[in-house]
Parts: sequence; structure tokens; C-alpha cells
Amino acid sequence: MSETGHAELDWLIDVKDVAYGFAERSIFSDLTLRVRRGSITAIMGPSGTGKTTLLRLVMGQIQPQRGRIHVFGEDLAALNRSQLFGLRQRIGMLFQSGALLTGLSVFENVAFPVREHARLPEPVLRELVLMKLQAVGLRGAADLMPAELSGGMARRVALARAIVMDPEVLIYDEPLVGLDPISKGVIVRLIQSLNRSLHITSIVVSHDVQEMSHIANYSYLLVDGKVAAEGIPTDLNASDSKIVQQFMSGAPDGPVAFNYPAPDYYEQLLERH
Amino acid sequence: MASGAMRASPIRAGLIKLGDVTLFLLRVLGQCVPALGRPKMIIEQIYNAGGRSLIIIMLCGLFLGMVLGLQGYDLLSRFGSESALGVAAALGMIKELGPVLTALLFAGRAGTALASEIGLMGATDQLTAMEMMAVDPVRHVVAPRFLGGVIAMPLLTAIFDCIGIYGAQLVGVAMMRIPAGTFWSQTESAVGLSDINEGVIKSLVFGVACSLLAVYEGYHAEPTAEGVGLATTRTVVSSAVLILMLDYILTAAFL
Repeated sequence: MSETGHAELDWLIDVKDVAYGFAERSIFSDLTLRVRRGSITAIMGPSGTGKTTLLRLVMGQIQPQRGRIHVFGEDLAALNRSQLFGLRQRIGMLFQSGALLTGLSVFENVAFPVREHARLPEPVLRELVLMKLQAVGLRGAADLMPAELSGGMARRVALARAIVMDPEVLIYDEPLVGLDPISKGVIVRLIQSLNRSLHITSIVVSHDVQEMSHIANYSYLLVDGKVAAEGIPTDLNASDSKIVQQFMSGAPDGPVAFNYPAPDYYEQLLERH
Repeated sequence: MASGAMRASPIRAGLIKLGDVTLFLLRVLGQCVPALGRPKMIIEQIYNAGGRSLIIIMLCGLFLGMVLGLQGYDLLSRFGSESALGVAAALGMIKELGPVLTALLFAGRAGTALASEIGLMGATDQLTAMEMMAVDPVRHVVAPRFLGGVIAMPLLTAIFDCIGIYGAQLVGVAMMRIPAGTFWSQTESAVGLSDINEGVIKSLVFGVACSLLAVYEGYHAEPTAEGVGLATTRTVVSSAVLILMLDYILTAAFL
């Protein structure tokens, strides 16, 4: 294989010059980012910058209006539905809400992708599911229903389900939102240990700057549909860009304004109805 | 584009929706064959749509039959032909009232349940999660529910018919003293296989229509509390209208 071919394979996900938006609103105008094999890449940004939309683009659920997205070296635009489904089997995704199937028990939720894609004998399947549940510390909860789980537990079950097919890439959509500090710590540790022990490439979409700077190898900061800053966590902290500083320090006002655009306050108060 | 067209003209929007529903039906039918490979899921859905509607179907069937008995007796006695009560009740039940009322009750009980269940699965990301796990939600969620509804409807209709005729018999024979032998023998000789066929075909068509509308509305519901509520309402309203329209067309075709 040529040098360039090898280098391309090193980047598992490659988003280039992507534009996406609805008729009235543009979400991405010129987005370029890459994810290196085996890394933990954090994608951060204020709420509403389209982080979740980016994940949907990468999973091929929606198509960009311009630009190219390569996943595992394959151009998403060139794949048909069954090829896309084949690609998705190599990617695990953890939803913010967990998105567990409410009609199935914890065990069946984790077993679900395996039952759909592989014909495993029942004892082997059982062993596999229990192993994944053990990895997230919830083997004892196998018989519970999703409604009986706490938010943190539901997310861990969803994580077990995301890794049950042994994916090469794991995508976490806001994995830390709404969790207590203990559950947060558990999830952060799991992200790290899965990355190390299973060599899973991880993409973590989050706005938890503190936690991300501990675990991420590389971070992207998205603002207004573009990459405002990128680099290793210390790079971002040292950045002299105002917007990066505002985000990293959590200042309420700055380039990302506190006030939503509005007509002049004084004039509006004086307006007669 | 669709929303723009909707603002432009309601007729065009209606046509677009009709096309949309038809395309969805084709997609669901395409996934029904693989879904048939998992009979357990379909049986579960037959229970959900059919088994759980049994009580309401049986109760309504009984009372409707009794009303038919009273009204039929009153009408027929004016011509001195009370003995034909069994025939009138049985034919009315099997050809018309059974399929139509079962379908209306089904839309209200099972159709709404289907639409809100699928709508909520969408609102809680469960359908997207399936797509991300490379599982087609139409195959896994929609097709079994559709098939369950289509299979349950004729069964429910048959039960509704039987109980309705029994209800008419209760009024005619037990209350109005029509001889039981006259009631049943006239019924037996007047009801032919073609009448039964008409009822079965109607109930099958209504089964497809009701189940399709329910899964379509649920699958396309806005992923919000309001959206799921609207989808549920639309299911009942459009099912009711469609059932009566189709009933007219089918009745005209069978005459």
C-alpha cells in the first residue's frame, strides 16, 4: 500500500468542507474535521451549534448539501442503503437519552443487535451479553425493565448495547448530561477503559469542558457551524481566541452573546399597543 | 417542499399524502415477508391489537345485536313477518354492521394504541437507535404491528358477528317469543357463502386500511408530546372516514 493510502486509513472519519442546513437556517457552512484511529476525540461547542446534527451526518442518516464525508475510507454519498447498514454495524452509538427499547428487558436490549445481525446459539449469546453487562457493572440488572433504571444506569445499559457488536468506533452523544457526579465519573472511566482495552476509537460530543480535557486526546470546538478551534486540551486552554476563552471559562457573555438578538429594549418598552 | 405545497392547496396536499401513504404501504409490504419469518412477534401483535380489543368488541356486538333484534322485530311485525328476524339480523350483521363497526371500534382501541406507541418510540429516539444499529424499524416495528392488525381484524369481526346474532336471538326468541326453530332455520337457509365472503373481504380491506393508517401516522408523528397526540387523533378521524368510504365502494361492488 502506498504512503498516502496508509495515511488515509489512519483517519477513520474524515469530514471535508461540509455544508448542511434547512431552508431558513444554515447549520454548517464549511466544516472540516478528522478523527484518528484509536483516539478519543471530543467535539465541544455551545448548545445549538449542531453537534448532534454532525453525528447524524457521520452516521449517514442525513446527507450534506456540499462536501464529503468518509467513514472507514468509504465515501458515504456513494453507499447504498445496505452498504450503509453494513458500515453502521462497525459503529456503536450511545444516545443522550439511552434510547433503550422500552418493551424489552435490559438483557434483551443488549442482545437486540446480536439477535438481529448474527445467529448465535442461545448459550453463547447469553455469555456475550452478560460479559458486556459486567463491563458496565450492571450484570445484576439484567432482568430489569428500562423503566426501572436510573438515568445513569440506563446510559450504561445503552453503552453495553453499543459495544455488544464489538464496534471499531463508538460515538457518544452528550454522555454526561444530567448525571450526578458519581455516575458521571463512572461513564468517564468507562469511556477511557473501553478506548484502551478494546482499542475503540471514540468520538465524544459534550460541552463538559472539565471532563473532556481529562480524557480527550484531541478536541474540536464548534461555533456557528465551523471549527472555531482544535487541538489537544492544553492548546485550547492557551488559545487567545476570545470565543474559545469564553467557552473554556464558561463566561456568560462574550462573543457568544447572552442576549438573543432583539429590538432596542428602551424602544420596545415605550411601544404602545 | 411538502409543507410549502400544503399551504398552496389542500387538494394537492391531500394527493401528496395519498401518494406518501401508498409508498409507505409498499415499503411495509416489502418488509412483511421477512417479518413473517418471526411468527412470535406477529402473534404478540395479534394479541395486542386483537386480544386486547376482545372485551369491547364482544360487549358492543352483544348490544348491537339486541338493538337489531328490537328494531327488526318492530319493523318486521308491521308486515307480519317477525319470523324473518333471524335472517335480517344475520345478514345485516355479517354483510354490513359487523365489519364496519368492528373496524370503527378497532380504529379507536387498537389503532390509537398503535399510533401512539410507534410515535412515542420515535419521540424517545428508539426508532433512530434501531437505524443506527443497522436494523430497519419498518421491518422490526412497523411490519409486525401492521400484520398483527390485518390478521386480527377478520377474527374480531367474526366474533362480533356471532355475538351480535346471539344478541338478536336473545331479544327475538327469549323476549318476543319467536320460535327458536323458525329463527335459526330461516337464518341458516338465507345466509349463503357469498354473504360470508362479502363480510370477510370487507373486514380484510378495513384491517389493511386501519392498520396502515395507524402505523403511518405513528411513524411520521412529530417527535413531541403534541405531535404524538395529533397523530393519534388523525388516526381515528381518517380511519373512520376511510372505513365508511371503502364500505360504500365495496358494497356497490358486491351488489
